[in-house]
Amino acid sequence: MIENLERIIAEHSFFHGMDERHIRFIVGCAKNVRFEEGQMIFREGDPAVHFYFLREGMVSLELMVPNRGRAILQTVAPGEVVGWSWLVAPYRWHFDGRALLATRALAFDGKCLLAKCEEDHDLGYEILKRFTSVVSERLEVTRLQLLDLYGSAA
Amino acid sequence: MIPRPFRIQSVRKETADTFTLDLKSADDGRPGAFAPGQFNMLYVFGVGEVPISISSDPRDGSTLKHTTRAVGTVTKALERLKKGDTVGIRGPFGSSWPVEEARGRDCVIVAGGIGLAPLRSALYFLLASRESYQKIVLLYGARTPEDILYRPELERWRSQFDLDVRVTVDRAGHEWRGPVGVVPALVRRAGFDPANATAMVCGPEVMLRFTVRELENRGMDHRHIYISMERNMKCAIGFCGHCQFGPTFVCKDGPVFGYDRIAPILGKAEV
Amino acid sequence: MTAYRAQSGETVLIEAQQLDTLIQTLTRRGYEVVGPTICEGAIVYDRLGSAKDLPAGWTDEQDGGTYRLKRRADNALFGYVVGPHSWKKYLHPPAVRLWRAERGANGFSIVAEKQEPPKYAFLGVRACELHGIRIQDKVFLEGAHTDPTYSSHRANVFLVALNCGQAGGTCFCASMNTGPKAESGYDLALTEIVEQGRHRFVVEIGTERGAEILAEIPHEPAGESDRETAKRIVAETAGHMGRTMDTAGIKELLYSNYDHPRWEQVAQRCLTCANCTMVCPTCFCSTVEDVTDLTGEHAERWRKWDSCFTMDFSYIHGGSVRATAKSRYRQWMTHKLGTWIDQFGSSGCVGCGRCITWCPVGIDITEEVRAIRKSAPGGSPES
Repeated sequence: MIENLERIIAEHSFFHGMDERHIRFIVGCAKNVRFEEGQMIFREGDPAVHFYFLREGMVSLELMVPNRGRAILQTVAPGEVVGWSWLVAPYRWHFDGRALLATRALAFDGKCLLAKCEEDHDLGYEILKRFTSVVSERLEVTRLQLLDLYGSAA
Repeated sequence: MIPRPFRIQSVRKETADTFTLDLKSADDGRPGAFAPGQFNMLYVFGVGEVPISISSDPRDGSTLKHTTRAVGTVTKALERLKKGDTVGIRGPFGSSWPVEEARGRDCVIVAGGIGLAPLRSALYFLLASRESYQKIVLLYGARTPEDILYRPELERWRSQFDLDVRVTVDRAGHEWRGPVGVVPALVRRAGFDPANATAMVCGPEVMLRFTVRELENRGMDHRHIYISMERNMKCAIGFCGHCQFGPTFVCKDGPVFGYDRIAPILGKAEV
Repeated sequence: MTAYRAQSGETVLIEAQQLDTLIQTLTRRGYEVVGPTICEGAIVYDRLGSAKDLPAGWTDEQDGGTYRLKRRADNALFGYVVGPHSWKKYLHPPAVRLWRAERGANGFSIVAEKQEPPKYAFLGVRACELHGIRIQDKVFLEGAHTDPTYSSHRANVFLVALNCGQAGGTCFCASMNTGPKAESGYDLALTEIVEQGRHRFVVEIGTERGAEILAEIPHEPAGESDRETAKRIVAETAGHMGRTMDTAGIKELLYSNYDHPRWEQVAQRCLTCANCTMVCPTCFCSTVEDVTDLTGEHAERWRKWDSCFTMDFSYIHGGSVRATAKSRYRQWMTHKLGTWIDQFGSSGCVGCGRCITWCPVGIDITEEVRAIRKSAPGGSPES
């Protein structure tokens, strides 16, 4: 069965409300991918070529901490996005990424998408608007984690 | 009001800093009825009293369970007690979770840290009348996997098909295969109908505020969101004045509040 | 001697020297008579053995952070207003043992303290104070729980009210509708008349009990001119209040101004010394202390006055909810004038002015309300 990539993109919550012509414009940068449970998707320092819109499963953002071992910082769930390092120089992953569960995702080629954004600034604005929202949500969660609310009283 | 003597059946360590007291009354054997969400004042001889939510099954008349963290003078003294020791109990006090209002509706139980303790009573109640409720969703956030409270019970509930249990932790090592993040974030994807749900939320105040925001974003009405507040208490019966929160006394108007009642002051600093 | 015996609801006249007869009659009937007397430069409430203990010929000059006793030109027995004490020192005592506990082989046992307070007669209760007592009655006797200490101390109190012959520098009972006339809730109400060589009291009898006591004191029906004089005195008092407070929409005003900059300003001055809460006739907050003896076998629980101004008042694990002076002053004022209404159905303030007089830096609650009303960004109902 051939899945219509355009439809899949349009259905992902990230692209909610996006113009049809923009979606058609970027479909060439996208492809369906699958990861097995436990599979490393990217490593800290790797060039950030792709980024992922999760459709099913779960991805964890991890870091190897000397003396502590492998720490899981945050997990990303279906409907959410993994990775915006492709947007920001030096375009390298900052953390490790692993499929905690068998995961299906929409992978986008970052360079490809960046080029299209340069070409069509309206598209660029739509993409950046949405990514700002993603980053802000992620930051809010991180700040709450930092508060260590369930820890012992300061 | 005078404390009644209760005898400790067991002191069970739950996590690094949390423990549960299992108590039986020392006079006539019956602990007395309580509603989920209520609390008792526990007295340690010569040390003092502390308010602790009841976390046992309201239908089990033989025993009272209290889970607490050892963070202050009285709770640290409680932690040092042994089986056979006596504590004083005054109570039960306060308002309770809206288990009646929730009949026929989805129940969204959101707990953060020790906040799971007073919600456990509610869960026992809901599960005992399972057919009276629609979907039951439990969202729980703990600090790390080692700090998950009532873990065996949670795992048992998770394996039931009529209860949706999601647990997240603030941080984890690589052995944890569940969500890592914060509990308000779990609300976004939780399976319930915001137009026909009752939410019961308990945990640190910051977690309460962010969770309520997520519930609002899902479209829930303020009148169906209930939270449990905590304040300094000395008398538990509305006389000492310590537990005032705006115009309410947390000991008698709370600790369970409908969010619509306290929405104007819940975010206000130092109220 | 008495030509007739007055009934409840009637108004009579007694000579000033009969005040002593009143005190002795009450004492003979088993009452512990307490009322105003001078101690350490202030007029406080204490036991009265006779009318000689009253501050005859004294008055008080009060203002923000100021209290001085001055000699009067006449010999009035009640020629002053209120001092640092209020009747709550008797009804809601500052320190009460609630129970004792003994550690035994099988745990511990607790014995409640038997409350056996004296039967009080309060002599000289001002109208504002009658309201203060009624407000505390509401708190301690008319909620879901009854406080046994307050209840036992309050039962059988004989109330002799006093209609003020002058207004104090910080008084504003007229604004709060709590005076200066004592309207109800008393056994007897006195209005002192000192003029043209006459020194008498117009006495309104409020209850059967009051009539019974009065029966033992020489009295005659109060004539028209004496009643008019009494009315005039009270009206003059009402017209000379030292302060005023506009209470229109005050609850909504405070509810919508939690973030008003005035709170920060008053916090610069407030020492959080808690004087205001101690002298206020309606403040009721308390704390408990659990104590043991050196052996650790014997424990006691005490209840003591507390104040929302203390740092620990709102302490929960990790810190106090109200850590700043700003939040604590705001809590006290918003409670007294605003949330009290939602909690107990009336204002918590009776306009006695004590908090203004006894504040070491002279913070004036009427001025604070005025300031918030004047520039309320949170919205102010048109007054």
